[in-house]
Amino acid sequence: MIYWQIFKTFFKIGLFNFGGGYPMISFIQNEVVLKHGWLSNGEFTDIVAISQMTPGPVGINMATYTGYAAADSVWGAVLATTAVCLPSFIIMILIAKYFLKYQDKPSVQAVFKGLRPAMIGLIAAAALLLCDGQNFIDGKSYLIFIFSFFLVLRYKLHPIPLICLAGLAGIFCY
Amino acid sequence: MDMKFYWELFFVFFKIGAFTLGGGYAMLPLVEEELVRKKKWTSKKEFLDMTAMAQSAPGILAINMAIFSGYKLCSYRGAVLAALGAVLPSFFIILLIALFFQDFRHNVWVEKIFAGIRPAVVALIAVPVLRLGKAAGITLRNIWWPVLCALLVWLGKVSPMYIVIAAAVGGYLFCRRKKL
Repeated sequence: MIYWQIFKTFFKIGLFNFGGGYPMISFIQNEVVLKHGWLSNGEFTDIVAISQMTPGPVGINMATYTGYAAADSVWGAVLATTAVCLPSFIIMILIAKYFLKYQDKPSVQAVFKGLRPAMIGLIAAAALLLCDGQNFIDGKSYLIFIFSFFLVLRYKLHPIPLICLAGLAGIFCY
Repeated sequence: MDMKFYWELFFVFFKIGAFTLGGGYAMLPLVEEELVRKKKWTSKKEFLDMTAMAQSAPGILAINMAIFSGYKLCSYRGAVLAALGAVLPSFFIILLIALFFQDFRHNVWVEKIFAGIRPAVVALIAVPVLRLGKAAGITLRNIWWPVLCALLVWLGKVSPMYIVIAAAVGGYLFCRRKKL
């Protein structure tokens, strides 16, 4: 039964995916294109592009779209999206429970003292990894980057109006 | 907890889900802005701790963060509401595209808008690096550590999961040695 297959596949993707949206793409490709043949490689590439261009986590976008395409019904989308979130649910609630209980213990404090600066490093790496030819097509991209950076840091502009402004800038510049 | 708070929690994550463009890390500045700065539901330190935990668990970073904050603020119901809020905008937008606009990505206007948005998203991710540095306890003496982590992931292509494990073990050992 296709629905059970979809559920199983996306539960597995949610459970064994570490390290964010981009590693997840190859994981989904492996399951959906190579193993089950629900989509062709070309269709898959289209879905990746659409997932990156629409708001929301890439993993959710991919699950919704693939679920819909595989079952050819909205229920496939609902099922795939639920299944991909379910492992997170169980694991994060367990983690949150223990963290809230033990967060004041000195050993837990010590662990997070080491983790916090590393998180800053990881966020910096995420920004650096995105500085590629796809996101920065010409000098105008760099101008948009610099303006956005200052508007948010100096004038504390909220990310949502900033994204709208940047979209408008795109219409005028390109 | 009253209905108003549940609704507020759902709506905050709905907003975050609707305006996160380009994956997990793009969500961080929005979560920081809403939860730390605007609503003051979490401190800067807690935000970083939450990021570390969401990063080390499997699954989608953004959803993990929603579940954690929702659970922290109002238990199971909070976790479900925050996750639903974060998921629903993508779900409906993708479904609409799948049903009606398969040609969406070849649209000239969409291409233009995204050419403008992409560099802004990179800037949005870069800002918290400066804004949270102090709360993370970074000083001149330990700045090598976040820099090394960034370089390892950026140029060394090391999985962030290993960085999280190493940082947790390192922090534990270092603080214990200092106490002895």
